[in-house]
Amino acid sequence: MIEQAFNGLVGGAFYALLALGLAVIFGMLGVVNFAHGAFYMLGAFGAFILLDSFGIGFWAALVIVPVLLGLVGMALERLLIRRLSGLDPLYGFLLTFGLALILQDLVRRQYGVQSQQYARPELLGGTLNLGLFDYPAYQVFVLALSAVVCGAVWLLLTRTKIGMIVRASTEKPELTRALGIDVSRWVTPVFGFGIALAGLAGVLAAPMRAINPLMGGDLIIVVFAVVVIGGLGSVFGSVAAGFLIGLVSALGNLYVPALSQTLVFILMAAVLLWRPAGLFGRQEGLT
Amino acid sequence: MLTVENLSAWYGEAQVLREVSLQVAEGEIVTLVGRNGAGKTTLLRCVMGLHARVGGAMSLRGADLTALPPHRRARLGIGWVPDDRGVYATLSVEENLLLPPVTGPEPWSMEEIYAAFPRLKERRRSPGTRLSGGEQQMLAMARVLRTGSRLLLCDEPTEGLAPVIVEQIGDILRQVKDRGVTVLLVEQNVHFAASVADRHYLLAEGRVVDALDNAEVRARQDELLEHLGI
Repeated sequence: MIEQAFNGLVGGAFYALLALGLAVIFGMLGVVNFAHGAFYMLGAFGAFILLDSFGIGFWAALVIVPVLLGLVGMALERLLIRRLSGLDPLYGFLLTFGLALILQDLVRRQYGVQSQQYARPELLGGTLNLGLFDYPAYQVFVLALSAVVCGAVWLLLTRTKIGMIVRASTEKPELTRALGIDVSRWVTPVFGFGIALAGLAGVLAAPMRAINPLMGGDLIIVVFAVVVIGGLGSVFGSVAAGFLIGLVSALGNLYVPALSQTLVFILMAAVLLWRPAGLFGRQEGLT
Repeated sequence: MLTVENLSAWYGEAQVLREVSLQVAEGEIVTLVGRNGAGKTTLLRCVMGLHARVGGAMSLRGADLTALPPHRRARLGIGWVPDDRGVYATLSVEENLLLPPVTGPEPWSMEEIYAAFPRLKERRRSPGTRLSGGEQQMLAMARVLRTGSRLLLCDEPTEGLAPVIVEQIGDILRQVKDRGVTVLLVEQNVHFAASVADRHYLLAEGRVVDALDNAEVRARQDELLEHLGI
């Protein structure tokens, strides 16, 4: 059971990284990014392509892919997302959902729907003795790196000048402009950063999950539930809910296998009835 | 310092400011008096660049403001104290103070701020909105003092506050004036307005209908109060 709980936390690590990016983007831009799952998929394909076509391995991919996707995200914000400001949020849904479909189909055209394989990095090929049981070293690494990244983002947001500006712009964009801060200048890097996190999750997924064009679409539905449970726009909430949902669905899988797919959504409905703003919703803001 | 010429503003089809012209000289405290809905807050928001549908011209020390976005206006030395006080819940009291960039030649240092507002020092690690209403008003004032802004736009800083705190805000405004800072103040409290300001503009239905000095305000106090419906 403890081993299954550990599996859950590793799954939760992906939810947390993706939900974190979604939360930061939603907070700063007010856009629900339906293309987030597609960027996760591109992250995994990015690692695959780097190895397959250029012989560049996992460790380099872990840096190169998020940086490249972050730059793509910044360009996307500049060219398309920016034009949505002031419009009905529905246009944002349409744009990002359309982007997700386009990206998926472009990859499908090239690689088909069959899953690609990606070998674990050699260094992390074995197992680690965690006291109670042996566990694949790679999964331990995923969990640790995700926790470190989430913690670093948390510190960045709460302890630095940049974080202060992002929190202020998220809470009261108009006032923040009137106090002398060029909010629009920060929107592009924040969007790129959220996309880079999705790309990082994708690279991490490559060695342990099936790499195919639909991998993001399947996952992102759950991530939206995670974001809603954590509280839309709450950074801390989305990370905490990410790990929580990973844990709950893994244990649900063990005890009530029939419900394993729906458990997350039952939990979401329950949380919404109990606390409509999510567990850590707006009343707490970004903290 | 500030010149506003033929300023008009609309909310949708409704015109809320009609060719308002006014001037505020360097170092003056000038109030805008008028009923709710007369256009006082809209006028401040127009000066700050926060209102999209405007006509007319505004300049600060001869520099044309009309085409500048809000953050550029702030950096020219305009400090906004909004009517809802604009305190961030997700920032601590100290972060609320440190957020806006310094824009003027003589900003208040954090030591001066904390000496003048000891309560803000005590609560500096609390989230901004945990402060009481009066403390939040102090925070909003202190925030623009720290930037060294040369022109303060204060939107009803005394609204809903206890007399003791209103008194304190009056003291701060007088101190600010002593340092040569200019203030454009929206105020419903005619008595308070006459106690801090040099001149007054009376707004009604989006127009400047009268310009008064303190003696006239005192002489016509009853008439003004009746006009304001207080």
